[in-house]
Amino acid sequence: MEYFYSLLILVGISVILSLSLNLISGYCGQISLGHAAFYGTGAYAAAMIAQLGINIPISIIFGAIVAGVFGFIVGFSSLRVKDDFLAITTMGVNFLFIGFVRQQEWLGGEMGIYSIPATGLTKMQYSLVVTIVAIFVIMFSITIKNRWMGFAFEAIADDEDAAETVAINTSKYKLTAFILGTMLAGLAGGLYAFDIRYIGPDSFGFTESISILSMVVVGGIGSVWGVVTASIILSLLPQWLQFISDYKLLLYGGLLFLMMRFSPKGIAGIFEYVKTRTLKI
Amino acid sequence: MLFIDLILQGLIQGSIYALIAVGLTLVYGLLRILHVAHAGLFTLGAYLGVLLMNQTNSLILSFTISMFLVGLLGVAIYIFCYKPMLEKPPYVALIASIGLFISMEEIYRMVFGAMGVSYKNPPFQDVINLSSLHLKSAEIVTMLVALVLISALSIFTTKTRVGISWRATVTQPQIAESFGINVEKVRYGNFFIGSMLAGAGGVMVGILNNLVEPTMGGVPSYKALAIIVLGGLGNVKGTLIASVLLGVVESFGTIYLGSLLDRDAIAFAFLIIVLMIKPQGLFGSKR
Repeated sequence: MEYFYSLLILVGISVILSLSLNLISGYCGQISLGHAAFYGTGAYAAAMIAQLGINIPISIIFGAIVAGVFGFIVGFSSLRVKDDFLAITTMGVNFLFIGFVRQQEWLGGEMGIYSIPATGLTKMQYSLVVTIVAIFVIMFSITIKNRWMGFAFEAIADDEDAAETVAINTSKYKLTAFILGTMLAGLAGGLYAFDIRYIGPDSFGFTESISILSMVVVGGIGSVWGVVTASIILSLLPQWLQFISDYKLLLYGGLLFLMMRFSPKGIAGIFEYVKTRTLKI
Repeated sequence: MLFIDLILQGLIQGSIYALIAVGLTLVYGLLRILHVAHAGLFTLGAYLGVLLMNQTNSLILSFTISMFLVGLLGVAIYIFCYKPMLEKPPYVALIASIGLFISMEEIYRMVFGAMGVSYKNPPFQDVINLSSLHLKSAEIVTMLVALVLISALSIFTTKTRVGISWRATVTQPQIAESFGINVEKVRYGNFFIGSMLAGAGGVMVGILNNLVEPTMGGVPSYKALAIIVLGGLGNVKGTLIASVLLGVVESFGTIYLGSLLDRDAIAFAFLIIVLMIKPQGLFGSKR
């Protein structure tokens, strides 16, 4: 049963993470290749402040806020550079984050932080907390999508200049997408830190950014249900099939490539295709 | 003396970056695709170089064969991967390319082992002393190879008819096509030559480190992206200058900023600062 609960936590965190990236890259069309930096920021900020004796829920919220502030700053780059330039800039942010953390003695450097306080909850209780947060994030994603904000995001993702001409303040919405997305990533980071109780720079590298991105892309960029489905499948698959665990990266890489090659709209795209086909007949 | 030493180290690193980045920028200029998997070709070049050298013991032979094979694989990647994606939004090809690159790395790990391969009789290992400077001859050869190959490319693209048609296609694809240039052929040629250069870079790095590992392409691949962005995407001259500049910035940065950031972080910090000041890159023109 322990094992089941740890799987639940793993899935919950993946869902929060991929939905948080989906907000930035899916809804608002700003491709980010450095999402793990914000996940890491949340985890580190939460772990550092909890070590000072602050209680854990507040630490996690603090981590999310710090990640959001960082995201706000990085978001400004999306006002300066676009498309491929932005993708490379965010990738740079990820390398910068890792390179910085590695060299900082007070952040545990290469070794990471070991002494993260225990939550006092059992695995079952903690998995329940993570699941509730994940469900909240799913509902939040759906709500935003159907609000004015969601439409504005979609317009920007579609064609930024056109959105500007119909009086959408693109800068404001892009920054909002970055703040919301990175705060949620920070939240996932905090939840992760208190689950594992050890964090090191390697957990938040570029590879992690790519696995988050692959969940979004395989699910179908912009689609909530697609992304949730892909997060569940992609985080569980390596756990269930032990032999895949060694080939996890090959699986991710191969899936990314094949999805883009044959169905760029991901699982959601395949589903849509099947639906329209069956309705036509 | 430290100053000159750092400049030299920067130049060596810069010439490797240049070999990788020229191919990338050619692909970007032509197709507007960030070809991350290019670094997978770089790694393949290194593997072929070391394996052929250990078999045949002829450096010239293994160097040319690896370049040629890597060039062919580059063309194959274009045909099977990018060609069907040209009409899709730009992120499609970028993400597919990342996926392809990760898969290539994993395949190398499975086929050649995680530990890496070394030369049985590593070439160019003697150290040359110039007053107080100590250079491995492999380092000098690397700079020479980069210089010769890139000069050859530049003569080809400025002096020959085919080369001029290439440049025309890169800057104005539609107009070039209306002048009767076969754009598809130019793409094949570009992928072939760009990949060959990356393969040559791979062989040289393999000799420099005397170790070829499955992950050796990782950092160069992302740095090469940084370089072509700095050079102003699709601008070959800008790319060459940016390669050398980044090499030098890194070698100075590791000495003076090493306690704050590691080598890769310095490169990307430089990239981000430049982009925030000049969003088109150092030598980019507004599109």
